[in-house]
Amino acid sequence: MDVDRCQARDVLRSAASLERQGPGTGVTIRICIVGCGAVGSLFAANLARLDDVEVWAYDASREHVDAINAHGLRLSGADDVVGHPRATADPQDLPECDFGIVATKSMHTDAAIGATAHAFANGCVATVQNGLGNEDVIAQHVERVIRGTTFPAGKLLAPGHVQWDVKGDTTIGPYDSRVGMQEAERLAEACTRAGMPTHAVADARGPQWRKVIFNASTNPIGALTGLTHGRVCERPDLRALVSGLVDEGKAVADAQGIELDADPEDLIDHAAKREVAYDHKASMLQDVEARRQTEIDYLNGGIVRAGDEHGVVTPLNRAIWALIKGVEDSWAT
Amino acid sequence: MKVVVAGAGTIGSLFAAHLARVADASVLVRREEHARALNDAGLRVSGHSDFTARVDAATDPAELGDAELVIVACKGGDLETVATGLAGSFPGATVMTTQNGLGAEEIVGAHGDWPLLSAVTFMSGTRHGDAHVEYVLDTATWIGPYRDTTGDDARRVAELLVSAGLKAEGFDDLRPAQWSKLIFNATVNATAALTGLPHDVHFAEGELGRLVHGLVDEGKAVAAAAGVELGEDPWEMNVLATKRGHRHYPSMLEDVRSTRPTEIELITGSLLREAKKHEVPVPLHAALYALVRGKEASYGC
Repeated sequence: MDVDRCQARDVLRSAASLERQGPGTGVTIRICIVGCGAVGSLFAANLARLDDVEVWAYDASREHVDAINAHGLRLSGADDVVGHPRATADPQDLPECDFGIVATKSMHTDAAIGATAHAFANGCVATVQNGLGNEDVIAQHVERVIRGTTFPAGKLLAPGHVQWDVKGDTTIGPYDSRVGMQEAERLAEACTRAGMPTHAVADARGPQWRKVIFNASTNPIGALTGLTHGRVCERPDLRALVSGLVDEGKAVADAQGIELDADPEDLIDHAAKREVAYDHKASMLQDVEARRQTEIDYLNGGIVRAGDEHGVVTPLNRAIWALIKGVEDSWAT
Repeated sequence: MKVVVAGAGTIGSLFAAHLARVADASVLVRREEHARALNDAGLRVSGHSDFTARVDAATDPAELGDAELVIVACKGGDLETVATGLAGSFPGATVMTTQNGLGAEEIVGAHGDWPLLSAVTFMSGTRHGDAHVEYVLDTATWIGPYRDTTGDDARRVAELLVSAGLKAEGFDDLRPAQWSKLIFNATVNATAALTGLPHDVHFAEGELGRLVHGLVDEGKAVAAAAGVELGEDPWEMNVLATKRGHRHYPSMLEDVRSTRPTEIELITGSLLREAKKHEVPVPLHAALYALVRGKEASYGC
């Protein structure tokens, strides 16, 4: 019965795809990037180069959207790419999509997916955002969710133009049983072919927690001290604090049965090398310098909440969370 | 009665100007132009008191002759330099330290065999130039014996300060008050320096209040292990201070804003040393210490 229903749905969806894309165009997948900032743009511009993928880019910035529609979306740096996604700031413009890729800052997830959920009534929505809890927020708005984590990074240089700082892998996997592996694999295949290497795995929590622990243990330390990643790591007392934060994060992951795919400590030491990211100012430090709200609630805050749920104490993550919230509060005083 | 105040920052200036009204008060300063400004114009106090005092100022202790009391009022970071400068002078004096944290007495005591008093001061003010200080909070200075002195010696100096218009009290044992202030300062100063928040209601509620409470609890555990019975409860001092109704910017916050070295080593550093000595874990203070030291290291980057 269930199988029949699934097959019926697949048939309907294929029919809809053919109808909307028209015969002879070669387009078989329609993907919408929700939040076309730096990371969203990396996906949007690269995927838009594929003939069989139709890419939509939803972003709240009208200037950015207009620039993309006028001149294309340009990436420069790690690779030079110009893609031509269809950009819009109006969610009502979005057609029905097979996949969504949410790439907003975590505090904007709810508003962004709330506004665009109608486009994914029959699709799957993947998150490639930082932090914990984005997948839960998305699942409140759409039926089928893919958990994900991504390492490529960049920054918005101007409307329609993004600097691609680092290449890297993306890992995605079903959020729950409502999404099958084949759907995660289909999205991963398209991304990989587009130049954004992506792996589909059954449980994507391992890579997600590895990155969350890495970010939560290093970003706020840079933000509180003003030091680059390399300089944080060469001060023994700060490096010890970083390890203290990592250990708490590992204990919380462990209590949930999450197996990290690599040790965050190795990532931290690797990034501290001169030729890697010694001089990198953490994005949270850039946020604090620009007095922009940080993603601390989804990093250290997420670790603390998960720790509370699973009976793991996280005093250092809690302290760092409180200090960064204090920094944000100081802007209002 | 001849009194020399070594260091004429905010606290030193407040001591010197008030004492000049009841004693022969001199100040020892580092810069020639500072000494000149004071000798030319006197030292003006505004705010809680309002007067201009006549003080003798010099950069060389030899110019000041002997004294009965020397009050060392420089910042903790300058203490070693100032104490070195005092060596060999003021043979007849009792020397009183007023620095934040612990251990100022030992540093000064290493440079001469003067009888020593230790003090903690809760006065606060704002410096408006070399010869003008604003007296903001007229809170007390607490004094106790340290080396070759007694509670009566402490009380005599307290009486002198009171007669000069300041608030002061002498104790047989200063450690309860000193430790209460140490824990309070280590907690509030580092938290303010890292967040940029003035000492306001954020320190008493929510997640930040919880962190402040955790820091105070670590400090209390160290005090207990060191056998010190605290005076005032540092958490209550904190809550009370957040209700003063005006914004107080702790000195360590002012320091990091001006990219000056902070007193973290003297304040939190002394708490960490005591914690280590008595084997008490203080992960939160250790974290804040590392962060403030890291912030100092970022100056000029």
